[in-house]
Amino acid sequence: MTASSSRSTLGLWLLSGEWRAHRLQIAVAICAIALGVALGFAVHLINAAAFNEFSAAARSLSGQSDLQVRGVQSTFDESLYPLLAQRPEIELANPVLELDVAIPGNSGDRRNATLKILGLDIFRAAIISPDVIGIPDEDRLFDMLEDDAIFLSPAAMGWLKVKRGDTLQLRVGTQAIKLRVAGGLVRTRAGQRLGVMDIGAAQWRFQRLGQLSRIELKLVRGIDHDRFKTALARDLGERYLVTETADQEARVANMSRAYRVNLNMLALVALFTGAFLVFSTQALSIVRRRSQFALLRVIGWTRQQLLRQILLEGALLGSLGSLLGLGLGYLAAAGAIYVFGGDLGSGFFSGVKPRLHFDSLAASVFFLLGLAVTLLGSAAPAAEAAKAKPAVALKPGSEDTALSRLANPWPALTCLGLGALFAGLPPVFELPVFGYLAIALLLIGGIALMPRLSASIFSMLLSMMRRMSGTLPALALARLANAPNQAAIALGGIVSSFSLVVAMAIMVASFRVSVDDWLRHILPADLYVQTTAAGDARGLYPEEMKSIAAAPGVSRIDFFRSSQIMLDPARPAVALTARPIDLTDPASILPLTADVMEPSLLPEDAIPIWVSEAMVDLYGFKAGTRVDLPLGAPGPAPSSGRTPPAFIVAGVWRDYGRQFGAIQMRLSDYRALTGDQKVNDAALWLESGVKPEQVITWLKRLPFGEALEFSTPGEIRTLSLNIFDRSFAVTYLLEGVAIIIGLSGVAASFSAQTLARAREFGILRHIGMTRGQILGMLGMEGACLTALGIMFGSMIGWCISLILVFIVNPQSFHWTMQMSLPWRGLAAVALTLLALASLTALMSGRHAVSGKAVRAVREDW
Amino acid sequence: MLELRNIDKAYAGGRQVLTSLSYLLQPGEYVAIMGESGVGKSTLLNLIAGLDSPDRGEILINGTAISSLSDNAATRLRRKEFGFVFQAFHILPHLTLRQNVALPLLLNDAAVKHAEERAERMLGAVGLPGRAGDFPRQLSGGELQRVAIARALVHRPALILADEPTGNLDPDTAHEILMLIRQEIKENGASGILVTHSHAAAATADRTLLLTKEGLSPAAQRIK
Repeated sequence: MTASSSRSTLGLWLLSGEWRAHRLQIAVAICAIALGVALGFAVHLINAAAFNEFSAAARSLSGQSDLQVRGVQSTFDESLYPLLAQRPEIELANPVLELDVAIPGNSGDRRNATLKILGLDIFRAAIISPDVIGIPDEDRLFDMLEDDAIFLSPAAMGWLKVKRGDTLQLRVGTQAIKLRVAGGLVRTRAGQRLGVMDIGAAQWRFQRLGQLSRIELKLVRGIDHDRFKTALARDLGERYLVTETADQEARVANMSRAYRVNLNMLALVALFTGAFLVFSTQALSIVRRRSQFALLRVIGWTRQQLLRQILLEGALLGSLGSLLGLGLGYLAAAGAIYVFGGDLGSGFFSGVKPRLHFDSLAASVFFLLGLAVTLLGSAAPAAEAAKAKPAVALKPGSEDTALSRLANPWPALTCLGLGALFAGLPPVFELPVFGYLAIALLLIGGIALMPRLSASIFSMLLSMMRRMSGTLPALALARLANAPNQAAIALGGIVSSFSLVVAMAIMVASFRVSVDDWLRHILPADLYVQTTAAGDARGLYPEEMKSIAAAPGVSRIDFFRSSQIMLDPARPAVALTARPIDLTDPASILPLTADVMEPSLLPEDAIPIWVSEAMVDLYGFKAGTRVDLPLGAPGPAPSSGRTPPAFIVAGVWRDYGRQFGAIQMRLSDYRALTGDQKVNDAALWLESGVKPEQVITWLKRLPFGEALEFSTPGEIRTLSLNIFDRSFAVTYLLEGVAIIIGLSGVAASFSAQTLARAREFGILRHIGMTRGQILGMLGMEGACLTALGIMFGSMIGWCISLILVFIVNPQSFHWTMQMSLPWRGLAAVALTLLALASLTALMSGRHAVSGKAVRAVREDW
Repeated sequence: MLELRNIDKAYAGGRQVLTSLSYLLQPGEYVAIMGESGVGKSTLLNLIAGLDSPDRGEILINGTAISSLSDNAATRLRRKEFGFVFQAFHILPHLTLRQNVALPLLLNDAAVKHAEERAERMLGAVGLPGRAGDFPRQLSGGELQRVAIARALVHRPALILADEPTGNLDPDTAHEILMLIRQEIKENGASGILVTHSHAAAATADRTLLLTKEGLSPAAQRIK
């Protein structure tokens, strides 16, 4: 038997003895860490699975092409195709028409109501993207070229509830078209909803004659890709983009990055509160065992051995919690993907069916993160225990001095100062890294200031109390004032959980109220009309517009044309809306910010556009800036030396619908530039006394009435707020978990403290206090602490919410919002927390004032 | 065995408790130190054990100045050469009696099996045979102090420091415990210092010293 094994045995005895005696506290600490790690790991796994599947699905559509040529608008003239196909550097050019086509009858769920359809040249696509080729029946090989045949992926067939030979009804503008399901596809990803047709048939049936979405290029072997890409981009001009698969992946990553990072940060908040719980558990456990450690030091344990032992306990807690968390996280992710499909309500990853993979690297990172926060939580109490003078620590009553370092306000003030400094720093890689750091520092600094603040406040209350009678309140306040460091640990648990609840509640309420106000502003009409819910194939022709405008009872009608333009291949497309806008009063229909040009200052040689806040952040489109937009009538490429029109940013408006940028311009300017006379939507103002139902009834009688959809502003608002609430459902869940962990912290702190105070209670019983009086005193202590914690938590939470509302949100999603405080909800949570925490203090005390506590006064500890 | 040379010590508040204190404790000698409260008896024990440092002077343990040692070296010396008995017992509540008594042996790198066997023998020697698997909560005050004595002697230290070991016990049990301490010290060939307020307790030592502001001086009588 070696020396190290006898010391290990000693360590094991001490550890197992302690854990056996305090199973509940240890279990709570392990569960807190496990919950934090599980949330973080689950959110990461779900996001990674959804993101990877979404990327893979998007990549599979591009096949094995080297480069892709796209228009800056959703489609471009096919005359470019022969020009490219004839270039000697290009071995093969594959023209593609890609459309999101609306499915009639599925319009209730607007997000999922479109089917992606690829129009392919079968002979070329078979070489570049063989996976997405249709499989016809053996006796109907020519189905691949038939104009009524569509081939569907298994996921699309399942979703649409059709099989080979069935008829699939789709809608183009106001017209319905019927296609025959001619078979499946060679190979698609699980959950990928896709339809494939002959390109000529697709152009004809979906009224896109002569138009393409992209041309995929396979280069001759030996051609320098980068050089050729640069040369081709230069030749094609600014109306076309030459992209690679990597650009597409970057676009997909950019699209959801802020959302994914924010979700991960929220999950880490849960881990943080878990870490605080471990700190309080460890700190109070070490305080309780202060004289035991002192004895071990007296009889021969070195400081290092003691430090090692306590850190070992922390490491074991962290390891067990992290391992449990990884398992729980994996199960939670599997469950969430099974139930929600990996989208978590954001809408970024709809239409894919992700497969969960155990990511060992991420698992290691989250394991180490859980272990690190636990060790951090153990380090300060361990260092104090090792530094304590054994002769002093052996004496009873020195417990609060053990935590005296906590009362030093300077580290707390440093954290707060740094937090304030970080809050003013710009984003890093378009992420609010410093904003998150500022929140963490504010939280740590605020909690670290609690011992000093609570000592001052409780001392003040105690001196006020002396002028009044009441033994119990005086005893409770005396304890809180004279042992502020132990009180501060319980206080920290309340402050950390309540401040996070306040911050999240204010942020979500501010966002919701802002979205609601915004919806009221952008929906001024009485009735909105559109052709089938969504997709590229919707639209109204001039004759149909005239018919709608002729509806009786309509006092005013505005038509909208919505499309997309691509300004940067690495970013998602920008939404472009053309509509009637009054140059002298754009604020009447646009929710403008303060960044607006005076209408009288608008130059005559430039077309005014109004951009969303995201355009300012992402593309530098500030008010008054002259900008270039790739807009104009689509013509053969390379474009023929026409002078591109000049645009000027006339104002910036708030847009909560599209975080990647949106532009609005006058419909007349758009039509003059593009020649596109179609519109997508109409806003109808009704004469007084006319009800929307009357107009809807009349419009439904039109020849194309069946293809129209009607919404009142109220319905759109309700639908939008439902989507908002669904998007934030996961936030509410994380918030709830933070509260549970916080309350567990309160329970652990109170129960650890009352255990440590068994001797004190024994003495109080001896000198004549009843059990009821001791419980009353504990209840008062709990209520006083919780009330103070709620007060400080509200203040810190409000500060954090300022950072979330005015820094994190604008830097992540490029929109600003107004501040709103959900007083009632917060008051309800505060009262519940007050009741629960007081109850927890009482329940913890019940054990301590049992008969054993009276015996404790005779025992050494 | 132990030599105190001109020890000065003041409390943190500045009050001087020990001034130019000198004494030579012979091997195998068991002395009792008496004195008024606050005169510095417990402080003197802490200084001897290396748990505190004198402001001036030297404390030599077998020729080694303990105050000149690093914290780790002083801890190793304490681990090997000292045994402690406290008024407040200080038995670890979540370890069995066997484990509590075996602690000093394990700290001195003894094999676990040997340590446990020796701990059980020591428990038998102090009057607690067959109780090795019990937990401290199952014991009375007198029994707990017996465990503390077993723990103090289990590793055969050269010097036993006992600080008011019977302060919490009734007179009969106190006498039993004091005689046990004496017996074990003598059987193990150790030296001992007993700090006490009780003349009866002091009488169980070889000689009694009185600690005053002037230093250590022999007390009036010697009782066997």
